[in-house]
Amino acid sequence: MRTDGRKLATCAGSGQNGDGTVTESRPLLGVSETALTDKMTFLVCEGTGCVSSKSPEILTALQEAVEQLGLGNKVEVGFTGCHGFCQQGPIVVVEPEGIFYRHVNPKDAPKIVAAHLAGGEPVPYLYYPHPATKEAIPHYRDIVFYKEQQRVILRNCGRINPERISDCEARGGYDALRKAISQMTPEEVIAEVRRSGLRGRGGAGFPTGVKWDICRQVAGDEKYVICNADEGDPGAFMDRSILEADPHSVIEGLIILAYAIGASQGFVYCRAEYPLAVRRVRIALQQARGKGYLGRAILGSDFHLDIDVFEGAGAFVCGEETALIASIEGKRGMPRTRPPFPAVRGLWDKPTVINNVKTLASVPVIITRGADWFASIGTKNSKGTAVFALTGKIANSGLVEVAMGTPLSSIIYSVGGGIPNKKKLKAVQTGGPSGGCLPASMLELPVDFDSLAEAGSMMGSGGLVVMDEDTCMVDVARFFLSFTQSESCGKCAPCRVGIRHLVNLLEKICNGKGEEEDLEKLERLAIMVKKGSLCALGQTAPNPVLSALRYFRSEFVAHVVDKRCPAVVCRELVTFRILPERCTGCQRCVAVCPTKAIKGPRSQPHNLDRSKCIKCRSCYEVCRFDAIAGDAIVIES
Amino acid sequence: MTSHDGISAIRQEFKGEPKDLVPVLQRVQEQDGYLRPDAIRSISRWLKISENEIFGVATFYAQFRFHPPGKHNIKVCMGTACHVVGARNFVEVLKADLNLSPGETTRDGKFSLERVACLGCCALAPVVVVNDEVHGRMNRVKFTELLETLKHTGEPPESEPDDGQQEHADRRPEASDVRRERSER
Repeated sequence: MRTDGRKLATCAGSGQNGDGTVTESRPLLGVSETALTDKMTFLVCEGTGCVSSKSPEILTALQEAVEQLGLGNKVEVGFTGCHGFCQQGPIVVVEPEGIFYRHVNPKDAPKIVAAHLAGGEPVPYLYYPHPATKEAIPHYRDIVFYKEQQRVILRNCGRINPERISDCEARGGYDALRKAISQMTPEEVIAEVRRSGLRGRGGAGFPTGVKWDICRQVAGDEKYVICNADEGDPGAFMDRSILEADPHSVIEGLIILAYAIGASQGFVYCRAEYPLAVRRVRIALQQARGKGYLGRAILGSDFHLDIDVFEGAGAFVCGEETALIASIEGKRGMPRTRPPFPAVRGLWDKPTVINNVKTLASVPVIITRGADWFASIGTKNSKGTAVFALTGKIANSGLVEVAMGTPLSSIIYSVGGGIPNKKKLKAVQTGGPSGGCLPASMLELPVDFDSLAEAGSMMGSGGLVVMDEDTCMVDVARFFLSFTQSESCGKCAPCRVGIRHLVNLLEKICNGKGEEEDLEKLERLAIMVKKGSLCALGQTAPNPVLSALRYFRSEFVAHVVDKRCPAVVCRELVTFRILPERCTGCQRCVAVCPTKAIKGPRSQPHNLDRSKCIKCRSCYEVCRFDAIAGDAIVIES
Repeated sequence: MTSHDGISAIRQEFKGEPKDLVPVLQRVQEQDGYLRPDAIRSISRWLKISENEIFGVATFYAQFRFHPPGKHNIKVCMGTACHVVGARNFVEVLKADLNLSPGETTRDGKFSLERVACLGCCALAPVVVVNDEVHGRMNRVKFTELLETLKHTGEPPESEPDDGQQEHADRRPEASDVRRERSER
């Protein structure tokens, strides 16, 4: 048994005081320091992002290259789950040196193998270039994106083969379960989780230990535990990545939860849109059964549990716990009024605890390292770390884990590497369709449950979309509202009818037909929907429009009064023009224009017929990015 | 078809309780590509749930289809990251070119279109999936080309290598970084 303190070294960043001030940011340890073996290993990332860029072919190519050198038994070629740096995919890491290759092509495989095994030349063009200095960085541990993170929930992501339970065990997996079952009573487990201050990472931030305690107190011998992996927020993918990269930590958390409340059946409710995650969880469950972590008499105790996977059928509202329960029961996934809360009456009317993937993945660490350690990270009321899916107009998009209370600016500028193309940051959207857009002036806001809620946004499940000056806030509000409108289950009128009207008003404004009184109408109706809706979907759906009105009102006014879209996004309010002095007459735009609105002989400035133009931006894109075109097309409002 | 009603094999996998409805529908769709009316009738008798109720449940969830999918099933991701970089263009191209709207299949059965909320590959935005193959960092021009290839070949082509990868072959890392950043706008 490995009981030394080293195994969780990567999450050891002592980081923060109780009041949220960062005293010391201990960097994430490099791969080399935490490698599972000293044997040379080529690890290919097989998360969804990298798989879609053909990473399995790279794996095969690496295997072939190693075979050709006749080193098949001395060198290992394997794969891991998501490294979180999806933008640089496909990623290959070579251990134990901890060399990080990005944007790898199967053709590069022989070169990489030769560089490490056959005394070949290093391949610096596959190293990650520093975003500012362009200096090639060979080592994982030197990349700022990783250096500035504090990985607790993502502790094993990208480090282990997610389809091999022994990899997870070698990094302390299932030690917490062993400790809980052999040394702790269920009450002690709950007390420890309560003391840690862990709050639900699904968005609402309900104290996890309290939820468990309520369920434990309810009489009844039939109880259920559910892992909520119905990650429906557009722009959020951390639950998917965790399940793909480290399913055992989530399963271990779920088993500990079941032990604490006395449940004998569990479910992992995962979106069907995540086929790889579903497959890896199934494999992990099978392996856990084989090892005696699941099934009858777990680890020799009198505790029994089995866990099944339930695939969600594509309904955003099923992320809401009562809707999720209805869905497992085989019904339409519609929420019901609470109380009674699921902890009292849930699945098949039995007490049920539902926790998010990230909440459950935090549990084993709390048990092994203790509540005090966990509570030392984060702020007064938000303990631990937060995982964000950082996307949008940002240099380093991917999965980011930082201590609660870290200011937005350090997530965006240190970890995220800032805004590309010399653009200015305009807004940061957190919390997906339930959250809001925060302006650049609020970048020093610490990210935790309460600060974000106060600012009119929310933590949500952790999407963080960065927007630059080319993003129109009215259009973004319309996008989120149309999303929630189509995902509304239709049960209660404020949500079903109210959001539809909000979308209509926003459409009207985007189309340049808005009137001044529409802004007031929007606000009034949004507050009505917020107050009157049955579940969190309706109660939070107006947040994007309310926050946009609060911080970006001038943009709404520009649309309504001046009939302009300052970010030149709303099609009805923009026009396209060709600058004759810059047009090289290359005819690229003529070729791509779907409506033949652009005409002109070769080598002479072209003409654009605005009556035919549908403003699809095809010409703009080719003109801007094609080497021989002159960047001559401008969009104006 | 495996037997007289086409779901016999699936019956073996479940206990046949009403709570099995959603997984049963998923298995039937996996097998047939969509939910045929006669399959729904068989499920109704087997699980003792009315056909109305089954339709009620099936239409609630975005995953279920009631028409056979096209030979090339195109999924356009409409997540936040994809939206801000112009995912709507792809839906428009399909409407203009093939008169195809989300949820429909073309008359010749070649193409069908689905809008999906988020595929979770936001770093590759905008994303289009053709028959489970992910095409990342699309734009209207690349998409139109992809569509043309699909029309003529019948089989989806290999997705184009990323700009970055092509340039690695050229060994021009510095120029590649500039161009990649531009293309990611």
